[in-house]
Amino acid sequence: MAARIWIFSVAVALFLSFSSGHDLQIVNAERRIDLSSHIVNAFLTLKVENIGKDPAADMLLAFPPTQIKHLSMVQAMAITGKKKKKTYLPLDVKPTEQPDAPNDTGYFLVSFATPLTPGETVTLEVLYILTHSLEPFPSEIAQSESQLVYYRDSAVILSPYHIKQQTTFFKTPSARVESFTSVDPANRAGKEIKYGPYEDRAPYSYAPVIVHFENNSPFVVVEELVREIEISHWGSLQITEHYRLTHGGARHKGVFSRVDYQSRRSISGSSSFNALLAVLPPKVNSVYYRDNIGNISTSHLRTGFKKSELEFEPRYPLFGGWRATFIIGYRVPLEDYLFEAPDGRRYLNFTFGCPLVETIVNKLTIKVVLPEGSKDPSTVLPFTVNQDLQVKYSYLDIVGRTVVVLQKDNVVPTHNVPFQVYYTFKPIYMLAEPFMLVSAFFFVFVASLAYVHIDLNIVKK
Amino acid sequence: MAAVESLPPGTPSAMRNAFGTVLSALILVLIGVLAFSIRLFSVIKYESVIHEFDPYFNYRVTQFLSKNGIYEFWNWFDDRTWYPLGRVIGGTVYPGLTLTAGTIWWVLNAINIPLSVETVCVFTAPVFSAFASWATYLLTKEVKGSGAGLAAAALLAMVPSYISRSVAGSYDNEAVAIFALIFTFYLYIKTLNTGSLFYATLNAIAYFYMVCSWGGYTFIINLIPMHVLLCIVTGRYSPRLYIAYAPLVVLGTLLAALVPVVGFNAVLTSEHFASFLVFIIIHVVALVYYIKGILTPKMFKVAVTLVVSIGLVVCLIVVAVLVALVASSPTGGWSGRSLSLLDPTYASKYIPIIASVSEHQPPTWPSYFMDINVLAFLVPAGIIACFSPLSDASSFVVLYIVMSVYFSGVMVRLMLVLAPAACIMSGIALSQAFDVFTGSIKYQLSSKSKDDAEDNTSTKNAPKDDASSGKADKGEEVAKERLSKKGKKKEREPAEKPSVKSKIVKKKALVLPLEASIVALLLLIMLGAFYVIHCVWAAAEAYSAPSIVLTSQSHDGLHVFDDFRESYAWLSHNTDVDDKVASWWDYGYQTTAMANRTVIVDNNTWNNTHIATVGTAMSSPEKAAWEIFNSLDVKYVLVVFGGVIGYPSDDINKFLWMVRIGGGEFPHIKEADYLRDGQYRIDSEATPTMLNCLMYKLCYYRFVETDGKGYDRVRRTEIGKKHFKLTHFEEVFTSHHWMVRIYKLKPQKNRIRGRVKKLKQKTTSGVSSKSVKKNPWM
Repeated sequence: MAARIWIFSVAVALFLSFSSGHDLQIVNAERRIDLSSHIVNAFLTLKVENIGKDPAADMLLAFPPTQIKHLSMVQAMAITGKKKKKTYLPLDVKPTEQPDAPNDTGYFLVSFATPLTPGETVTLEVLYILTHSLEPFPSEIAQSESQLVYYRDSAVILSPYHIKQQTTFFKTPSARVESFTSVDPANRAGKEIKYGPYEDRAPYSYAPVIVHFENNSPFVVVEELVREIEISHWGSLQITEHYRLTHGGARHKGVFSRVDYQSRRSISGSSSFNALLAVLPPKVNSVYYRDNIGNISTSHLRTGFKKSELEFEPRYPLFGGWRATFIIGYRVPLEDYLFEAPDGRRYLNFTFGCPLVETIVNKLTIKVVLPEGSKDPSTVLPFTVNQDLQVKYSYLDIVGRTVVVLQKDNVVPTHNVPFQVYYTFKPIYMLAEPFMLVSAFFFVFVASLAYVHIDLNIVKK
Repeated sequence: MAAVESLPPGTPSAMRNAFGTVLSALILVLIGVLAFSIRLFSVIKYESVIHEFDPYFNYRVTQFLSKNGIYEFWNWFDDRTWYPLGRVIGGTVYPGLTLTAGTIWWVLNAINIPLSVETVCVFTAPVFSAFASWATYLLTKEVKGSGAGLAAAALLAMVPSYISRSVAGSYDNEAVAIFALIFTFYLYIKTLNTGSLFYATLNAIAYFYMVCSWGGYTFIINLIPMHVLLCIVTGRYSPRLYIAYAPLVVLGTLLAALVPVVGFNAVLTSEHFASFLVFIIIHVVALVYYIKGILTPKMFKVAVTLVVSIGLVVCLIVVAVLVALVASSPTGGWSGRSLSLLDPTYASKYIPIIASVSEHQPPTWPSYFMDINVLAFLVPAGIIACFSPLSDASSFVVLYIVMSVYFSGVMVRLMLVLAPAACIMSGIALSQAFDVFTGSIKYQLSSKSKDDAEDNTSTKNAPKDDASSGKADKGEEVAKERLSKKGKKKEREPAEKPSVKSKIVKKKALVLPLEASIVALLLLIMLGAFYVIHCVWAAAEAYSAPSIVLTSQSHDGLHVFDDFRESYAWLSHNTDVDDKVASWWDYGYQTTAMANRTVIVDNNTWNNTHIATVGTAMSSPEKAAWEIFNSLDVKYVLVVFGGVIGYPSDDINKFLWMVRIGGGEFPHIKEADYLRDGQYRIDSEATPTMLNCLMYKLCYYRFVETDGKGYDRVRRTEIGKKHFKLTHFEEVFTSHHWMVRIYKLKPQKNRIRGRVKKLKQKTTSGVSSKSVKKNPWM
């Protein structure tokens, strides 16, 4: 009911607000929402036309407030050329505020590569990723039940622009769909639910739909991941990753029976997961997998030229709501990741994000520990993160090592892109600790030499 | 080092001494490295992890200490164990080990070496075993010279008995206590040999450290008085003895009373009375010697009769008071563990909880061979060597070995005290034997060469001097057989050196035929080699398993059973932080340390009633057990079950102790109800009480569905009752190999449902309201 009222208010708001300042309209829109895992990927193909008089440099993408919280990433690309000779041009997307946004609608501003002259059309591909958007219903399930989830969205695309024609497809992981809201024309064929085509929808149209379907894919959620990347100029990069993992699906209810789990695997615990896969860099060595009470022996490493894969299992299978913590550590050769910039500075080139596949990270902290004596750290990242500097004292440090802390919430595998940390470092600092050790030993020997040769007796013998 | 100072540099003998010093220092370093590294098998074969049960508690205490500091530690009241009683950790724990590891951790972190507390704890024991072998060197050197010292240190570095308690990860009191024990003995002997008050003070401090570390300090405080008494009785009283003993008792007792866990026990319990008695005696003796010195013999005689008559009266009074005091306390002032030392059958008769621990059982003969191996054969030789000549120091080690042999015969655990004594004795024996044999060989060789050559001024004396002085100075004996060239060179040196020590010239008698000496040497070396092989084997195979993770070698590779940690991790992550977990006490320390959950009982078995309550619950039928557990606020019950993979030390095998301890406090549990033909059986012959008790049900719940027959691989039989349901408990977790099963107490029956039932019964005119009345929660 609330939704209906909301539509009404949106409709009212529609006349009041025309904020983007451009007269754009969307000629054709197609939206494909992939619900097969717990990370919701939505692909939006928009054909945008400038119907105003002034050239438009950018356009707005609107998201309902329920989605804006869970929005992990928005990417946009302009497509030029036809069929075979399609070229994709990444566009700049950044979140923006609109003063008179109806009902807390969130906006992203897409800047065109070249301003859209009046009458011109452009085709955009927009990818946005939603996390935590599948709500398990029932919210508690027993071991033998499979997991059903709700997905809430709108049958029509929320947009501040007039949309002439649009279609939305939902792709579910299996053909088992309990129900879906019908907004004519809407139909389901196998794993696909199609809404539309809808013609001529006014700006800020909204038609809430709920899809209730089976989703037994592993809802691997890392509540917190701290990755520490320690640079040693003696030739290696030590990476330590602290995971706090949980099963983000429907909570497990009542009994966990090992008999059922072991003997009737197909029907028992279908929503639980036991195996995880981490994609690590190639040439990885000294891999360990443990938690705070010791080693966990269920892991298997495959190294390759392109990537290494670490297959591992938590100590116990994870059912809905169960948690596990563990640490993965490994070492990679320095020369693959540390380079010298033309201006003499050094930079680390490493991958952002979480090595686990198909995982949502609620809070990711990357700590890059620079060697002792490094100065002027700066980072280059394709998206915004919170940054901070800390100092860490490790083996025999005196002044401490500079730590660049990067922190980002709501991270999905799409965030696994390279980032760079630049810093200046004089190689002479490498010798500080060996020198300290040598002098300490030297001092000990000198002291014992002195002790042997000096007579400390008060009374002469 | 001191020897080097005293000699003028440049002379050959000074050079030799310097060489000997450096060589023995090098050998000692190597022995330290050996002692440390032989204990790393557990880390290499398994992982760097804390072992077994008690170490987990120590580890947890160390974590607390490093996090909260020393003052918080003393005041720590642990509410996560012995629920709802709790435990005052600061006042009931021997803090030596924890403080040691905490200090090491603190120092390392202060110089920015960021080792975790766990790493420090894991490696504390190996480090201290290196210290212990150095302390052995010092002690044996005081007794029989540095040659014997080196040999004893090398033996101790790898004695299996000590390895069993000090492998990396075995973070237990014994790890540092053995070092403290040997070091205290060393300082005692050192004081006895030098009469220096400085060493006497150090001795008291070392004793304090020992008191901090281990309950076994009572061994010291009884052994030293015994030795003092022995010295007095054998007429060996000297002022040095007084210096060695009196300050130790006064300072040591004062210091010991500072340790909260000991406190006034240091003067109140019978374990310490011997030291006070001897303290009085030594003063009387000192007085007698003093008076003897200032009086004429005639006057002295008069004085003796006077004093003896008065003294007797005083002594009688004191003894009477003591006896009255001792008799007034229920156990006669002796703690249960100490009593079971004196009367080996005491524990099994009266305290099942002490008897239930396997390490409190008397050892078997094979365990002697396993734990001290060839030392058992060398010890008698060492004792004989100690008697020629008998000094204060050597009489002490003889007394030490005799007492420790007795105690090790009572309790397997005290084999650990025997091991250093056996090493010292064997070191002495080996060193003396090498002395004799190499001396004979040299003598024979040189007498042969004397026949050929004409240069024969004083070589005849060479072997004597060399052998006798070799004992006293730097310990090249060990090195000698390796450096035979060096030995030949040295032959001429003693000729120039007058035999300083004026040792007895009975060496002629010790000269053996050349062939016999060589063969004997070879045999000795073989014996040593056998010992080394055995020790390495014991360290690698027998004593390095951490016991929380099991491995088995099958045809398709190594199989790891990590069920304990699996379920502890599950508990720690998936239950509420304040939930109480009930299990048999063996798993208490591990549950609090690894799962961080409150337990009802743990390995610190201080409250027998509480343990008996859990034992009773485990041996009661489901409903009664539920009521007991519910009254203790228990949410989860954890049982260890080995029937699926054949893990023998599971709860069913420990069940007899639950029944016995439970029955000891709650007479309605009768052991006879669980026995069929005098045995605990779980097969079809089992008694109904057994088949209905909670332990049986929790272990075998749905077990039959694994293989269809319910075949228990530990008991090698099919279980008696295969299909049953649980009404008051529900399975919430079972580990991968079924070793740990965790059940949750079902919530109390709803009152509303009862009322509905009642209503229904009323409407349907149901008569039996009995079932409702039975429920105590109505």
